[in-house]
Amino acid sequence: MHELSIATNIVEIVEEEITKANAKEATEIVLEIGSMSGVIVEALEFAMDEAIKNTRLQKANRSIVELQAEAHCTKCQNKFEVDDFFAVCPKCGSFETDIIKGKELKIKTLKLN
Amino acid sequence: MCGTCGCVDDSVQIRKPGESGHSHSHSHDGHHHTHEHHHEHGHDHDHEHAHDHHHHNEHSKELQLEIDVLNKNNLLAERNRGYFEAKNITALNLVSSPGSGKTSLLERTIKEMGSELPFSVIEGDQQTMNDAERIEKAGAPVVQVNTGSGCHLDAEMINKAVKKLELKGDNVLIIENVGNLVCPSMFDLGESKRVVVISVTEGEDKPIKYPYMFNSSDICIINKIDLLPYLDFDVEKCKEYALKVNHHLKFFELSVKSGEGMEQWYEWLKDSIKTT
Ligand SMILES: Nc1nc2c(ncn2[C@@H]2O[C@H](COP(=O)(O)OP(=O)(O)OP(=O)(O)O)[C@@H](O)[C@H]2O)c(=O)[nH]1
Ligand SMILES: [Mg+2]
Ligand SMILES: [Zn+2]
Ligand SMILES: [Zn+2]
Ligand SMILES: [Zn+2]
Ligand SMILES: [Zn+2]
Repeated sequence: MHELSIATNIVEIVEEEITKANAKEATEIVLEIGSMSGVIVEALEFAMDEAIKNTRLQKANRSIVELQAEAHCTKCQNKFEVDDFFAVCPKCGSFETDIIKGKELKIKTLKLN
Repeated sequence: MCGTCGCVDDSVQIRKPGESGHSHSHSHDGHHHTHEHHHEHGHDHDHEHAHDHHHHNEHSKELQLEIDVLNKNNLLAERNRGYFEAKNITALNLVSSPGSGKTSLLERTIKEMGSELPFSVIEGDQQTMNDAERIEKAGAPVVQVNTGSGCHLDAEMINKAVKKLELKGDNVLIIENVGNLVCPSMFDLGESKRVVVISVTEGEDKPIKYPYMFNSSDICIINKIDLLPYLDFDVEKCKEYALKVNHHLKFFELSVKSGEGMEQWYEWLKDSIKTT
């Protein structure tokens, strides 16, 4: 269940920001999650519900921006959207492709009160 | 957690073989209840604590944070990496499903190569000192990290374990991660190379079932090839799947039991310390 430790990390980072800004609580949290970050969004939501209990995040609105993953073909330099790791280049058929976008796991913005 | 009285104890413990740790002594009908703890808690409290309590901002404030959720781990991993590079330490992070033969591989490698290459080991398991004791018997300095309920090692645990090991440098540091093909893939430890081990008693489709781990690894060891005559495992198919997920992977096919294929692994180890 690494979603729980991810959620704990989010709470820790936000708590630190609240303290740094001398604020009272977080009112809005926007997360950015790549479609190939390895995190299951529903599992993270569930873990977050637990992790925010009795913290200064518990009243915050949460939203998640999902990012579509993209790969790069090392043979023909084509860039294309992917949904898994076994992507074949649609242009030249090569397997020698690397994920260049979609592994993001970020706290994008934060509103404090 | 203690099922009788509900005392929760999930803290991470980092110990050398023979060092005492956590011991519980319970007696719930009488009034005898001793807890002896030797814990190292997984947190450094180096936050800045603000002490003015009544000066909150009147209106809300928006921050464009753009910060990686695993930022803390990633930064600490980079610190570990810098330390390893400075001391000429090749750090390998061994990941696999439970029972693929990681500890056996280390035991044989240490016994056969220990005189040529200085090894040290960090063992990660949820519970027990068993693997650390096996490594100590094989003849290498070792520290055991027990993660309790945790399903992966992180950079902070490695940072602490390395201090406990008192590494001298010019060393091969092998980190045996918790047997789990999912969670350890997300946590950079600062390793030089990530090594995923699969044994032929598993399905050859493991690489496409657990693509994150195979995608983030540099080396793939296929172990227990002595059993191939008795199984339907198709080595070429397995490698093909793995390459689809990660075309940078380098393979070793070996049997820790029979010793077949170990020579190539040893050559690679020798080269890796020369070139890092
Ligand atoms: N036949 C055969 N058995 C092996 C080989 N390597 C390891 N084993 C056996 O596989 C079992 C598991 O080996 P370990 O070395 O404990 O595996 P591990 O990956 O360290 O296990 P965990 O730490 O529990 O995840 C043991 O019974 C070993 O004897 C091999 O090359 N061939
Ligand atoms: Mg083991
Ligand atoms: Zn996990
Ligand atoms: Zn292409
Ligand atoms: Zn108890
Ligand atoms: Zn206890």
